[in-house]
Amino acid sequence: MAREIMKGTDAVAKAVVSADPDVVSAYPITPQTGIVEGIADLAAQGAYDGEFLRIDSEFNAASSVIGASAAGARTFTATSSNGLKLMSEPLFTAAGMRLPLVLAVANRSISAPLSIWNDHTDAMAERDAGLVQLYAEDVQEAVDNTLIAFRVAEELKLPVMSNLDGFVLTHVQEPVDVPEPEAIEEFLPRYEPEHTLDPSDPKTMGAYARPEHWTETTYVPHEVLLQAGDAIERATAEFEDVFGRSYGDAGGLLDTYRLGDADVALVVLGSLAGTTKDAVDRAREDGIRVGVVRPRVFRPFPGEALREALGGVEAVGVLEKAISPGSGGPLTMELKAELYDLPDRPLVRNYVLGLAGRDVTVEDVREMSAELYADADVPPHQAPTEDREIWPQLREDILPEEVSH
Amino acid sequence: MATDQLEDGSDEPDEFDDSDKTEAADEFDDADEFEFDYDDAGFAPGHRACSGCGPAIVARHVVDEAGENTIVVNPTGCMEVVSSPFPESAWGVSWIHNVFANAPGVASGVEAAYRSFSRRGREEFEDHEDVNFIVFAGDGATFDIGMRSLSGMFERGHDVLYVCYDNEAYMNTGVQRSGSTPPGAHTTTTPSGEYSTGEDAPKKDMPAIAAAHGVEYVATASISDPIDFRKKVSRGLEVDGPAYVQVLSPCPVGWGFDGSETIEMGELAVETGVYPIYEMEHGEVTSAKTVRDRKPVEAYLERQDRFSHLFGGDAGEETIEAIQAEIDAQAEDLGIDG
Repeated sequence: MAREIMKGTDAVAKAVVSADPDVVSAYPITPQTGIVEGIADLAAQGAYDGEFLRIDSEFNAASSVIGASAAGARTFTATSSNGLKLMSEPLFTAAGMRLPLVLAVANRSISAPLSIWNDHTDAMAERDAGLVQLYAEDVQEAVDNTLIAFRVAEELKLPVMSNLDGFVLTHVQEPVDVPEPEAIEEFLPRYEPEHTLDPSDPKTMGAYARPEHWTETTYVPHEVLLQAGDAIERATAEFEDVFGRSYGDAGGLLDTYRLGDADVALVVLGSLAGTTKDAVDRAREDGIRVGVVRPRVFRPFPGEALREALGGVEAVGVLEKAISPGSGGPLTMELKAELYDLPDRPLVRNYVLGLAGRDVTVEDVREMSAELYADADVPPHQAPTEDREIWPQLREDILPEEVSH
Repeated sequence: MATDQLEDGSDEPDEFDDSDKTEAADEFDDADEFEFDYDDAGFAPGHRACSGCGPAIVARHVVDEAGENTIVVNPTGCMEVVSSPFPESAWGVSWIHNVFANAPGVASGVEAAYRSFSRRGREEFEDHEDVNFIVFAGDGATFDIGMRSLSGMFERGHDVLYVCYDNEAYMNTGVQRSGSTPPGAHTTTTPSGEYSTGEDAPKKDMPAIAAAHGVEYVATASISDPIDFRKKVSRGLEVDGPAYVQVLSPCPVGWGFDGSETIEMGELAVETGVYPIYEMEHGEVTSAKTVRDRKPVEAYLERQDRFSHLFGGDAGEETIEAIQAEIDAQAEDLGIDG
C-alpha cells in the first residue's frame, strides 16, 4: 500500500476497482465524471475486468446496477446533482427490493439556476430513498468510505451512497493510500447474495404489493436502517484493524474535534469540517470554548450519538450546505428533533452557507463561533425566531424587492 | 368501454351444456387425484388478467417457447400488475420488475452481470451461459416512457430479446392513448366527440426505430398466429445481441369487444392489413406475410367500441378513408397483397 499524491476522482476510481465490482455503470456528469473516467482507464489498461457499461443516462445507470445487483453482482455507479435526480426513481426501489449497490455522489447543487459547484442539496433530496448516506471530510476518507460502503451495502442488503464534496474533494490532489485488491480481500470478501435471479431457482422480484403487505415491506428497510449503526460500527472497526485508519467516535458515526470542554459546538458535514476545525483552533486562541461534531453518516440518522455528543453544550451551530425550501436546513431540522427530549437542550442555530460553491472561510466560521458563544446562555425558547436560521453569506443587495427585508 | 352484453345481444347466458358438467363433476368426485399442477408452467393460469386477455396469452407463449433457462424483466404495466400480486406470482421463470421506464436498463444490468460472471469464471454460474434474457413490455413502456432505456440497450448490443405486447394504449390505468394507439381510436385521453374523431397522430413505427439502431432481428407478429409468433421468439433468442419482436395483443376491455373474440380480432388486424406481419434482418424487410383478398378496414374497425364513433358521420367516414389509405400504402411498401 503506497501513499501517492492523487486527485480525488482518481483515488475513488482506484478504490472502486480494488473492490472489484462485477458491473460498473458509467454516465458522465461534472464533477463526478473523473471517477468513471478513471475506471474506464483502468479497464483499458487491463486493471479492471468486470463489465463497464457506458450507459445512456443516469436513469439507466441506476437501473442497470439494480438489475446487476438482482443477478447477484457487486455493483457501482457514480453521479452528481441533476444526475442523482434522474436516478431517483429507480433508486427509491433499491431499498424496498433489498438490493445492495454503491453509489458515489460528488455533491453538487441542483438547477435552477444551473451551477456545477458543491453543496449538499442533491444528496439531501434523496434522504427518503432508503439509502445509507456516508459523508467524507477528505480524499482519504472518500476512498475508505467507498470500501466501507460495499461492505455495509452487502451486509445490510441496502444501497449505500458515498458522498464526497464536488471539486473540493473530487478535484483536489492529496496524499492518499489506496489499498491494493489483495489487501481488500480480507475486508471485503466476494459478495454472496442470498437471493438472485437464478434461472434454476426461479424467483419473482419486485412484485406488486397491495395494502395488506406494503406497509411491512416498507417497515423492513426502515428498521434495517435504524439498526444499521451496528453494521457501520463493525465495518469501521474492522477497517481500522486491517488498514490502520480510524474513523472517529461513536462507532464511526461521528467525528468530533475539541469537543471535550466545549461550551458550544459546530455541526458540519463533509469537507467543510477542515475549515471549521481551523476556525475552532483560532477561536480557541480567543478564549472561545468551541468544538466540532461531524456526522459521517446522515442515514441512518445518528441521533443517539448526536444526543450524547451535544448533550453537554449550551449552543449548537449547524453549518449547512443545503436548504429545504419553505422549512430550513434538513440536518438542522433532524438534529433539533433529536435534541428536543433532552432536559437541558441547547440553543440550535442553523447557518445556511456554502451553497453552490460559495466559499466559506476560516474567518467566517470564527465569527460565527464568537456570535454563538456570546448567545450561548440564551435558553432555546427565548431565542428570537429570526436568529434560528441565519444566511450569513446572503447578498441582500442583489435580492429582488419582493423578498427584501 | 367493456361490452356487458353477450355476443347474441341477450344478457342471459346460454343453457349450460350438461355433458361438460357431468364430465367435470366426475373428475371432482375423486378430489384426491384431481389437482392443478403448474409447477413447470413458465406463466401459470390463476393470474389476475381479464378474461380473453391477449397479453396474458402472449406471456405464456413467450416463456413456454424460451423454456426454463430464462430471466424475464417486466416493466410496470398491466401484465406486471396482474401477474405479481405479492405473495403470489404467475411467473415460473425468474422474473424482475423495477419501474415503468427502465426494463431495458435493468435487463442490461442483468445480462452484463452474467457476462461478467462468465468472464470471471464464477463456478456457480457455469451452467448459465445460455440464459435467455427477455424483456416483456407493453407498448406504453416501449413506444413512450421506456424509449430511451430501450434505445440504450439496443445501442450497447446487449443479448436481450425485447418482446413488446402491443395492445395499443395504457390499459391498466383506464385506457389512455400511447404512442402505439392507432389513428381514429377513442381513448380516455383522445375521446371522440363533436370536435374529435379520437387519436389524431399516426402510430409510432417502433420496428423501424429498432431496425434503425442496427438491431439484427426485428419482427412483428399477431397473437392470432402463435406458431409464427413463437418462431419469431425463438429466432430472436438465437440472435447474438438485441432482437425486437412486437406482437399485436388485443385487449377486450380497452378495445371494446367480447373476451371470446381476442384471437379473431388479431386475425382481422392481419387480414385487413392493419397489422402487417413481417421480419427485418439488418434493417431490411426479409419476409412479409401475404394477405390474400385483403379485407376493407371497416371489417376490423366496426367490431370494436374504440372505433364505433367513426361510423355514421362524415368526419368518421373521412377518418376511415384516411386509415384505409395508410394501410394501402403500407401494404404496397411491404408487398403483402397476394
